[in-house]
Formats: sequence, C-alpha cells, structure tokens
Amino acid sequence: MTTQALALPKEHYLNAGYGWRSWLLTTDHKRIGLLYLVSITLMFALGSFYAALVRWNLLVPDGSHMSAEAYNKAFTAHGVIMVFFFLIPSIPATLGNFLIPLMIGARDLAFPRINLLSWYIYVIGAALTLYALLAGGLDTGWTFYTPYSTVFAQSNVALAAVGIFITGFSSILTGLNFIVTIHTMRAPGMTWFRMPLFVWAHYATSLIQILGTPVVAITILLVALERLFHFGFFDPSRGGDPILFQHLFWFYSHPAVYIMILPSMGVISEVVTCFSRKRIFGYSFIAMSSLAIAVIGFLVWAHHMYVSGMAVYSALVFSALTYLVAVPSAIKTFNWTATLFRGSVQWDTPMIYVFCFIGLFLIGGLTGLFLGNLGIDVHVTDTYFVVAHFHYIMVGGAIMGYLGGLHFWWPKITGRMYVEGWGKLSSLLVFVGFNLTFFPQFVLGYLGMPRRYHVYPEEFQVLNVLSTAGATILGFGYVFPFSYLFHSMFRGEPAGDNPWGATGLEWTTTSPPPAHNFDTTPVVTEEAYDYSRPPKGAPVV
Amino acid sequence: MNPAFPFLPERASTIASDVDAVFLFILVVTGVFAVGIWTALLYFAIRYRRRSPDDRPKEIHGSLALELTWTVIPLALMAVMFAWGAKVYFHMNRPPDDAMTVSVVGKRWMWKLQHPTGQREVNELHVPVGRAVKLVITSEDTIHSFFVPAFRIKKDAVPGRYNMAWFRATKVGTYHLFCAEYCGTEHARMIGRVVVMEPDQYQTWLAGGPAPESPRAWGEQLFTELNCVTCHQPDSAGRGPVLTGVFGRRVKLQSGDAVVADEAYVRESIVNPAVKVVAGYQPVMPTFQGLVTEEQLIALIAYIESLQIPAGDNAPAPAGASSHGEREAKR
Repeated sequence: MTTQALALPKEHYLNAGYGWRSWLLTTDHKRIGLLYLVSITLMFALGSFYAALVRWNLLVPDGSHMSAEAYNKAFTAHGVIMVFFFLIPSIPATLGNFLIPLMIGARDLAFPRINLLSWYIYVIGAALTLYALLAGGLDTGWTFYTPYSTVFAQSNVALAAVGIFITGFSSILTGLNFIVTIHTMRAPGMTWFRMPLFVWAHYATSLIQILGTPVVAITILLVALERLFHFGFFDPSRGGDPILFQHLFWFYSHPAVYIMILPSMGVISEVVTCFSRKRIFGYSFIAMSSLAIAVIGFLVWAHHMYVSGMAVYSALVFSALTYLVAVPSAIKTFNWTATLFRGSVQWDTPMIYVFCFIGLFLIGGLTGLFLGNLGIDVHVTDTYFVVAHFHYIMVGGAIMGYLGGLHFWWPKITGRMYVEGWGKLSSLLVFVGFNLTFFPQFVLGYLGMPRRYHVYPEEFQVLNVLSTAGATILGFGYVFPFSYLFHSMFRGEPAGDNPWGATGLEWTTTSPPPAHNFDTTPVVTEEAYDYSRPPKGAPVV
Repeated sequence: MNPAFPFLPERASTIASDVDAVFLFILVVTGVFAVGIWTALLYFAIRYRRRSPDDRPKEIHGSLALELTWTVIPLALMAVMFAWGAKVYFHMNRPPDDAMTVSVVGKRWMWKLQHPTGQREVNELHVPVGRAVKLVITSEDTIHSFFVPAFRIKKDAVPGRYNMAWFRATKVGTYHLFCAEYCGTEHARMIGRVVVMEPDQYQTWLAGGPAPESPRAWGEQLFTELNCVTCHQPDSAGRGPVLTGVFGRRVKLQSGDAVVADEAYVRESIVNPAVKVVAGYQPVMPTFQGLVTEEQLIALIAYIESLQIPAGDNAPAPAGASSHGEREAKR
C-alpha cells in the first residue's frame, strides 16, 4: 500500500516510561485504555471458557457431561463475566478511553486520575466476583432473580453481588469522565455537529451509564442485604415483592444492552466512512438516533416481564415503546447502507467486520420485533429464541463492532500493522462460527426449548449439536486475532500515521501518539468525514 | 415438534394458531427487510468496490426524503405488528366464562395440579379436548413458569400471587410441559406433560381412582379445622366479618380504601391479615403464614368463593360490602 519505508516515531506514549509504576500509576488515557484492554481480554477468555463448558454439556440431551450444579454455575459465570466485566466496559473503557481525547483534540480526559481510579475499582470488583465464581460458584443466572437469589440459592450470591456493585462505580465514573470531557475539552472549531459519530455514541452511552448504573447498583445491594440480614424487600414470605426486583433490575439491564451496542454503532460509523471514502449518509440522523436510543431505551424495561402477571394495559404501553425504540436502530442501519452507495469500497478487515455487524445486528434487531410483540413473546420468552436474539445483538453486534474497531485503530494504538490475510481469515471464521452457533437457537426457541436447561428432550439434540459445532469454529475465530494482534505488537510492520487514509484528528498525530497526544492543539475547520480529498497523512499513492 | 415441518412446534390449542399467524406475518415482513438490506449492502460493496487507490467518490450528505421514508414505513408496519400482537395477548388474558379451573402450584422441582372435581396430579395434566381450561398459577417457593409450547402459553408462577392463563386444546395428544423460569439445581427436570383426551375418555379418567375431595369440600373442612369458623360466623356474631357473599365484591377497608375481594385479597387476608382490615373490625386475626400450604390456601379460597348469598334471600349484606359491590355481584 505504501511506497516509502515507515518507521515508528522516536517518542510515543508506549516508550514514555518503563517499569510497572509507569503503567499502574499512569494517568495517560491511552495507557489506561490498554490496562482495560488487557483486563477485559482476560475476562473474555474466561467467559468464553464457561461458554465452551455450556456448549459441551448441551452436546448430549441427558446432561451426562456435567452435573446440574456445575452446569448452572457455568452458565451463570458465563453471563456474569461477559455482561458485567466484558461487554459493558468493552468498547468504552478501551477504545473510548483511548480515542475520545484524540478524536476531539484534547490532551487527556477531563479527570485523568478518576480515570485510573475507575480501572482500579473495576479490578477490585472483578477480583471479588471472580473469587465468588471460582471458590464455590454462583448459580442464580446473571439476572439474580428473587426470591431464588435471596432465599433459596446455596451459592456465593452476596459476595458476587458486592463485586458487581463495586464494578458499577467504575462504569459510572467512566461515563461521567466522558461527558465532562466531551462538554469541556473539544478543540477549537470542534462543534457538536463536527464531532465524529463515535464520540456521539459514547456521549449517549455515558448518559445511560450515569443514570442507569446507580439503579442496578442499589438493587444488587438490596439482594445482598436481603440475603445476609433477611430484609423483606423481595421475599414474599417477609412481605416483599419478587416482581419489584425484576422492575428495578431491568430498569438498568435493558438500557445496559444499549451501553453495549451504542459504542459499537459508533465504531461502525467511523469504519464505514473510511472504507467507502464517503461522508456518512445522514450524519445528524445517526447522531440523534443515538440519543433517542438512550432516552427511549429507559422506557422499555418491562418487556422482559410480559408473562410475570403484569396488568395487560401496562404490557400494552411497554410493547408500544419497544417498537418505538426499534426505529432509531433502523435509521442507523439504513444510513450505513446508504453510505456505501456510489462509494469507493475497500474490503479490508475492519470493513469486513462492519459488513458482519450490519448483517447480524439486522437479524438481532429484527428478531427484537418478535420479542416486543405481546402475543409472540409469551411463547418465546425464556426460551432459546431469546438467547439467540441477544447473542445476535451482543456478539453479532457489539463484539463484531469491537473487533472491527480494534483492527481499525490497532495501527494507531501500537504503531504497527497486523497481517491482513490473518485478519480476513479470522473474520470469516467468526462470521460462519457465529451463525452456526446461534441461528439454530432461534429454531430451538420457537420449538419450545427453555433456556438454562441442563437436560433437554432428545428431539432438540440435532440443533444443539449444530450450535456446539458453530461455537467451536467461533472459538478458533477468536483465538486467531488474539495471536496475530499480539504478535504484531512486536513484529508488525510500522503502520505510519494514517495507514487507512482516514479523516479524524486521531489520524493527524503519530502512531503511536505521543504521551501528550498533539504537539500543537488542533483547530477544526470542517465537518467530520470529509473524504472529498486525501486526508492529512494518508498513504501516498 | 411438528413432524411434517420440523421448524414449528405442534399446534394444539386455539391460541397456537393465533400466535403462529402473527409470527409468520412478522417473519415475512422482517424477512423482506433483511434480504433487501443484505442485498443492497452486498451489491453496493461489490458494485462500488475501490478500483483505483486514488478513487475519490462524489460527496452525498443525505436525503431528508429518504430519512422520512425509512422512518415512516417501518413505523407503520410496526404499528400493525403491535396491534395484532396486543389483540392476541388480550385474548390470552381473557378466559372464557365456561372455562374449568385447574389450580397449579409450582414447587422446586415439580408441578402440583388440582382439577375442579378434586383430582390431583403431579407433573401431568389431563384435559378434555375442546374445553376451555383456566389455570390459576402460584408457587410455594421461588418463581417458576408454566410453559406448554404446543399451546403457545406461558405464565410465571410467582409466590404470593395468583397468575392466570388459559387454553382450549384442539388436538388429542401428549405435549411437553416445561418450567421456563430458572428455579435452581433441577430446573431442567421440572418438566411434565399435558395429556389431551377425548371428553368421554377424560370422564373415564376422572372416574378412575379413589373418589377425590373437591377443593371446595376440602376448604370447608379446613375452615373448621383451622378454627376460622370461630370468628367468621355465618350470622355476624363473630369477631371477624361474615364471609358469605363477600367473594367478588368490593369491600371497604379501615384505611378508607376499598378492594375487590378476589383470590389475591383472600389469600393476603389469610397469610397477612393485618394489611387490609375490613372497616369496622379490629386487627385481631393471627397470621396463618407457614400454617397453611399453597394448596390449602387454594382450597380455602374455593370454599369462600362458594359462600354466595342464595338467590331471593333477604339477609343483610355483610358488613363492609358496599352497594356498589352488590351491583357487581348481581351482574
């Protein structure tokens, strides 16, 4: 692609200091992003290990591979680790941390020390919860439904709950930091409507984080208190209401889905423009749809509870709002597709992940229309249909976006390129493996297989075997990027400042960037995604 | 599973066809959108692939007309989906008047059921084809969920609450019954079957085994055994309100509020009597929490429900029952 030999800059944030202190006491948002990257990668590996156990058990209908206790603890560990310790922090804490100051032309986040604090809080919370999961285990499911979790479960509920409670503060502080940074630290000329859509997406995400997380934090604390001291919050035999827990839990945990998917949508907007060399189609519609998702997303929580015995009229309202929240996602999907129209489309690894994202998020989103439907949901809720649906959103959507973003900004983060062929191969494996894992689960769900079943009727075995086969391929698809990205950190070709020829301030500084990000404060004079001429630092052709 | 078409489950209730119809409608609409967008995506990605490294395509900012089109059309289609789904859901939540009531109690890890004629079953439910069956569902411990895929019905069994579901089986056969809400270690073994029989076979099945005691009769017996009768005397001489004719009526409370004396209220008044005391009475009743099982509660409720004022009787309305309540009861 390039004609002259490239070299890494002499000084950059990675060689600005050596030794463990320079990492563990750093306030550089880029280094903190990497601390998070390492932590969440470990959590992802552990969560995947538990997923493998679940799929292995489901290979046979009679549960002969694992005991019921072990299976229940495995799916709980998978859910808790993936949701609270991987998906929620994934893009914001790594790419968001690294990129938001660079994208808006700032030297760092508004509160660099709070940023470091949030990582420590995350590590402490994760350590406590991991201890609970590994020493004795937890068998409540990641949803902690009462009164099972507070009265009947015989596992480490209180400790795990305290760990999750603590981790919540990490999420709140990161959200707060992003909001203040975006409000106060934009470079001259970086108006709100010149901001990259990645930043808009993170702004909307941060709003959910600071408004929603306190609710789940206090809810999970009430679970721990009821368990330890027998308060009657949720236990009906003590005058509590188990359904109250579900309202409080989903009031956060549904918006939490948007914490996972919005940043990924932000990645898609950046990558799709770069690799089609086009301005984004409908910038303001994509930006505003992020905010619309954040707002309406707070008003749909009870669609998880249509069969709990809620009043039919309130179910009606939640169903209507659920359909409404689908509209902004649809708008985004149409706009991304339209961006390709008459573009100059390059099939590099990040872009392949974008294609995967749009294709799979589409299925995830459209199957949400089945679940939001009052009549259909009664049949498919708590079955594999739901499992398939949210994995299409979280794995097919959020993780595809995360991988796409990681490949896109990897040369900026490390200054080096990975081997493109490996990137393409593993994106193909991920795509095939993912669909083979989760598509059969839609069918299983409509046929009536309930989720969280350690044993199941024999007629469901074929589809379960297909799903496990897919999960095996998916596992390889995830091991490859881990290996070649790691390898490229040391052996990769130097990438140059702007290997993709992308717009955006992060590409105007060196790769890797200097510790202070920019030598001179950038001044922004144009809208985002101006691809009408080669951006600064683009490879000479 | 349906042997002819292994992607849809067997369809064995009237509601199943309603649900499948909405399902297929949404499947077709979303299928058209999905295929359309995938095709556009792939077509654009190939048709407009980069042919030379210095390609600089013309700028397109967007189009308000297009944005409005792809907002309004999906919104309109979704309005249809919503309304249709809501109609089915309302139907699911309105049992026909002639439905026979089967009580369902979930307990880790089994389903305990009782027919109106008193027969009890565990993890099995025998029902006649064509007859509407109303399920009154509760739980003894944690939350469970009563799920029969072939009927497309599911309802949570929530401790302390009575949830309702109903179905009318359309096809003789044996169908899966699952617990769909995770309830601990043996959740996956909290399963059973629903056996749909011809009405005459059902009658034969009912007649088999020892003559059972109906829930009402059992409730009457409990009413005496538990000494309820000491205070709730039929002639308003006791310390508690007269229960004849109370069920289904609006009752005035000491707090000034009024509630309809339904299953939930009667249950609450037994296990937690101090919460909603009837106007004019003292909160002297002890709690029966832990002293009566969920099945005994259901039997007591069935008995209290049976205590209606005989037609033409001029006995005074029970204390607390308002005239509004009487009107309701007469309808």
